[in-house]
Amino acid sequence: MKRLLQIEFQKLWLNKLSRFLILAYFFLLTSIALIAVIKFDIGPIKFHLAEQGIFNFPYIWHFNAFIASFFKLFLAIIIISMVANEFSNRTLKQNLIDGLSKKEFVYSKFLMVVVFSILSTIFVFVISLILGLVYSDFTEIGIIFSDLEFILAYFIKHIGFFSFCLFIGMLIKRSAFALGFLVIWNFIEWIIYGLLFWKFGKGSTLPDNIASFFPFRAMSNLIDEPFSRLSAVKAVANQVGENFNFDYAVHWYEIVIVIVWSFLFIYGSYRLLLKRDL
Amino acid sequence: MSETILSIKNLNKNYGSLQAVSNLSFTIKKGNVYGILGPNGSGKSTTLGIVLNVVNKSSGEFSWFNNTINTHDALKKVGAIIEHPNFYPYMTAYDNLKLVCRIKGIHTKAITEKLELVGLIDRKDSKFSAFSLGMKQRLAIASALLNDPEILILDEPTNGLDPQGIHQIRELITKIASQGTTILLASHLLDEVEKVCSHAIILRKGVKIYEGRVDELIASKGYFELNATKKSELLAFLNSHQAFGTVKEEDGKIIAILNEELNAEELNKTLLEQGIYLSLLVKRKESLENQFLQLTNNK
Repeated sequence: MKRLLQIEFQKLWLNKLSRFLILAYFFLLTSIALIAVIKFDIGPIKFHLAEQGIFNFPYIWHFNAFIASFFKLFLAIIIISMVANEFSNRTLKQNLIDGLSKKEFVYSKFLMVVVFSILSTIFVFVISLILGLVYSDFTEIGIIFSDLEFILAYFIKHIGFFSFCLFIGMLIKRSAFALGFLVIWNFIEWIIYGLLFWKFGKGSTLPDNIASFFPFRAMSNLIDEPFSRLSAVKAVANQVGENFNFDYAVHWYEIVIVIVWSFLFIYGSYRLLLKRDL
Repeated sequence: MSETILSIKNLNKNYGSLQAVSNLSFTIKKGNVYGILGPNGSGKSTTLGIVLNVVNKSSGEFSWFNNTINTHDALKKVGAIIEHPNFYPYMTAYDNLKLVCRIKGIHTKAITEKLELVGLIDRKDSKFSAFSLGMKQRLAIASALLNDPEILILDEPTNGLDPQGIHQIRELITKIASQGTTILLASHLLDEVEKVCSHAIILRKGVKIYEGRVDELIASKGYFELNATKKSELLAFLNSHQAFGTVKEEDGKIIAILNEELNAEELNKTLLEQGIYLSLLVKRKESLENQFLQLTNNK
C-alpha cells in the first residue's frame, strides 16, 4: 500500500496543474473561516454573521460540512484528470507493462480517493473545531462533540463523489468530456426526478423515495441544507406563517446507499479496465 | 535444454470478425535473441500486447517462466518497449525512471547507470516532453533495462527514427545482446533481424509460417543468374538438370534456383562440354528479405 501511495503521490505532485488545484482546494477550505469576518455595520443595523449562531456547537458541524462540500469540484477535476491522463499519455499501458496489475492500478487510484477524503474531512473538522471554540456560545465537551455524524457523512459523501469521478474518468478517458458528463448526469437525475414527480403527482412521496437512490441525490441527501435550522431564519419563517419541519438528521440508510454506490463505481472501474484492450 | 522464459500455446485474438492472432504457439528460451517478423498488421504487436497484460486474449494460453509466478509479477522481471515510448510528459527523465523503479519495486540506484548506458545522463533533469523521438526511445530502453531484465522485449524500436537514431538504437541492442540478455524483437525491418537475431518467428495475418534459426532460414542453396547466346539450349539443359528447381527468365536474364549444392566452376565446365558459352554467370545467396517475401506472399 505504501508503494502504491508513493507512486500516485509522485504522479500527482510533480504535475503542476494538480499541485495547484490541491493547494487551491485546501486554501479555499480554510477560507470558510473568513465567513466569520462578515460584518455589516450600517448605522442602526448591526450584523455580524459569526454572532448569528452559525458557529455554535453542534450546529457548526452541520453548517461547515455543508458549505465545505461545495469545493469538492476542485478535487473532482484532479481525480478525473489523474485517471484520464493515464489514458491520453498512454502511461497506463506502460504501467501495466512495467508490472503493475490492473487491480493495483484501480486500487492505487481508490487509495487517492480515500486520502483526499480523509484529508478534507480532517481539515473541515479542525477548522470547525477552531471556529467553534472561538465563536460558539456553548463550549461544554458534551455539546462540542455531539452531532459529529455530519463529519462522518461528509467523509462518506466525498468518498462517493470521488469514486463516481474515478469511474467516469475510467469510462470516458477524456478529462473534459468526463467533467461535462458529471454536469449532464446531474441534469439527467433532475429530469428523471421531474418526470417521476409529474407522473405521480404532488402528494406522493414515491418520486423522492426513488430519487434518493440516484447517486448525486443520495450524496446530497447525506447533508441537508443547514440554513433553515438557524434560529434567525426560523424566526423570520414563523413571522410569515411558515413552519419548517425538515428532517436534518443523517440516516443510516443514506450512508448505506452512498457506500453501495461507491463500491459499484470502484468495482465497475476495475471491470472496465479488465475488459479493455489498451 | 535451456530455461524457458515464455511459452505461448494456441493463442487466439479476435477483434470482432478480424482474427489478429490465430492459433499461435512458440517458446522463448533463455539466452537467445528472437525476432518476430511480419508485415504490418500481421499480429506482432497484438501478440506482445497479450503476453504483456495489456491486451486480452480470446483463447489459448501463455505462461512466463514456466508458470512459476503470475503475469504482473513476471513483468517486473521483463523489460519491454511497445511502439511509442510512453512516459509522463511533465516529469523529468530521472523522475520517470524513479516511478518505474517504484512500480517494479526495485532500488533507484540503477537509474544513473542506465542513463549513462543510453547516453542521456546529461539530460536527466530535462522534462520528457522536451525530448526528441530518438531520446524518448533511448529513455524507454533505459527504463526497460532498469531491473536488469531476464528478457527484453522490443516492438519496432527503430520506427520513426532518423538514420542516426536507428544506428544508435541498433548499437545498443547489439551491446545488450552481447551481454547475454534474452531479447525478443518485433520488426518488419529484415536487416535489423538478420543482424541481431539468432532465431526468427515469422507471422502472416496472425498465423505462424516459420519458426527456427535465422541461419537455417537463409540457408537455401542459392541461385544462378545466367545468360548465353544459345538461350533455348541453355534453358533446356537447366530444366533437365536435377540440381535445379525453378528456372525462369527475368529482365533478359535466366534465374535458376538450386535444389542442391552446385558450384559455379562445375556448372561452367559442364555447360562448356555441352557447347554452351555463357555471357553471364553469377551465383547468389538469397537474402532474408527474399526469403521473407517468398514466405509471406506465397502462402
